Amino acid sequence: MKAILTVLGQDKVGIIAGISHELQELNINILDVNQTIMQGYFTMIMMLDLEKSGKSFEDIKNSLVLKGESLGVNVKIQREEIFNSMHTL
Amino acid sequence: MNVNNILETIKMIEEEKLDIRTITMGISLLDCIDPDIDKACSKIYDKITSSAKDLVKVGNEIETEFGIPIVNKRVSVTPISIIGGATDADNYLKFAETLDRAAETLGVDFIGGFSALVHKGYTKGDEILIKSIPEALAKTKKVCSSVNVGSSKCGINMDAVKQMGEIIKQTAELTKDTQGLGCAKLVVFANAVEDNPFMAGAFHGVGEADKVINVGVSGPGVVKIALEKVKGESFDVVAETIKKTAFKITRMGQLVALEASNRLGVPFGIVDLSLAPTPAIGDSVAHILEEMGLEVVGTHGTTAALALLNDAVKKGGVMACGHVGGLSGAFIPVSEDAGMIDAVMKGSLNLEKLEAMTAICSVGLDMIAIPGDTSASTIAAMIADESAIGVINNKTTAVRLIPAPGTKVGDIVHFGGLLGYAPVMPTNKFSSFDFIQRGGRIPAPIHSFKN
Repeated sequence: MKAILTVLGQDKVGIIAGISHELQELNINILDVNQTIMQGYFTMIMMLDLEKSGKSFEDIKNSLVLKGESLGVNVKIQREEIFNSMHTL
Repeated sequence: MNVNNILETIKMIEEEKLDIRTITMGISLLDCIDPDIDKACSKIYDKITSSAKDLVKVGNEIETEFGIPIVNKRVSVTPISIIGGATDADNYLKFAETLDRAAETLGVDFIGGFSALVHKGYTKGDEILIKSIPEALAKTKKVCSSVNVGSSKCGINMDAVKQMGEIIKQTAELTKDTQGLGCAKLVVFANAVEDNPFMAGAFHGVGEADKVINVGVSGPGVVKIALEKVKGESFDVVAETIKKTAFKITRMGQLVALEASNRLGVPFGIVDLSLAPTPAIGDSVAHILEEMGLEVVGTHGTTAALALLNDAVKKGGVMACGHVGGLSGAFIPVSEDAGMIDAVMKGSLNLEKLEAMTAICSVGLDMIAIPGDTSASTIAAMIADESAIGVINNKTTAVRLIPAPGTKVGDIVHFGGLLGYAPVMPTNKFSSFDFIQRGGRIPAPIHSFKN
């Protein structure tokens, strides 16, 4: 299963490191990354492959949201299909 | 990975209140028919609670995985008048209580189908069901009721129209502790549809499969924000913008419907392309119309604006999903829409204008509070007018009026939650009593004879 992770918040040292480390712990592979500063806000979007993570989507989501909270950023994870279905025929 | 698309979707959900308003499972109760009402109720309870046992769980899972809010999970069932008719019971409260208990067990928000279809005439079951409505709505929490009194094929059953005026009054009286809240769970239809996922009018038609998943989308906020970006542009641009937005909204509905259908092992029925508002700020159909250039909804031009909106939503949505059904259009309830409430308070929106709007939108006079002393015949006459609009124009129309006991024009009635609050609106002070007393049937319109 592929999923899109979005991380939004105030820029600071260690956001990418923190999130990536958490993904490693969860055994989740990063397929694609896009990171920029948009109107002063740290904006990162990752495409993830959840296939090898033994955890449920809900557990993964909770771990990442918690990690986001500790880093002071907003983290969201959604299955890829929602974006594909809305924007492609 | 298209970053802009991803951020646009997230913004629609986070800031513009895009949501799936409801996943509704339709369940046929035809195989629960039994001459003994207690046995019938026991079969009904078992069938509903086993068929929909995973509905809430699956709804929550989809919400978690896709990150799109699913506001309500609901169940609709075969009109109970059909099931009840086989019993020798003379009151169907037991059926309503059974439905309520099943809804409680499942954890769904509402259950619809305490209904009767009497557009041409009454069966024994219809008569008993309609008489049971006030008590059923007063004694249950989650049960919704609807009665179809007219159709383009059959005309209008004016005996039923007259009776529904009285039933609405009785329902208000029995639920006066909550300002007539029972009436918010009762819809009178013309041309009712069999696959509507929205309440209070959902029931599972007899032409439907044993079980089916219908999904209702929402998202007036998304359309409003999209229109903010084309300020001052021509209506060609407005229509195009709404179509594109409706397409995107509906794609969500289709995705969720298929996902729910697969996970529950229940066939996918339809997606209902309705713009359903809530009283929350940024979730108003009225504000879309105002965005088109109307100072306050209800002023001249409102009907044209709504016509464009309703049509463009359908055009955009139709291509976005496999099967479109239900009511599909813009809803214009008063109490459930912050912009509509404001417009009534400002004196811009009255019942006459609302009636005109119902001729070109997806439903009818919806969630409107009227004075507690409004007579049954006036309410019936309002139902007759709405039915006429539906029957002649080959569309669904509905009436959901709340004659809130003890209130007068200008008072505010609070329903709570998604039902919102409503200022009590004035009705015409002249009588329709003799008109309603006639009874009988208004014949089907000439253009219904298409064979």
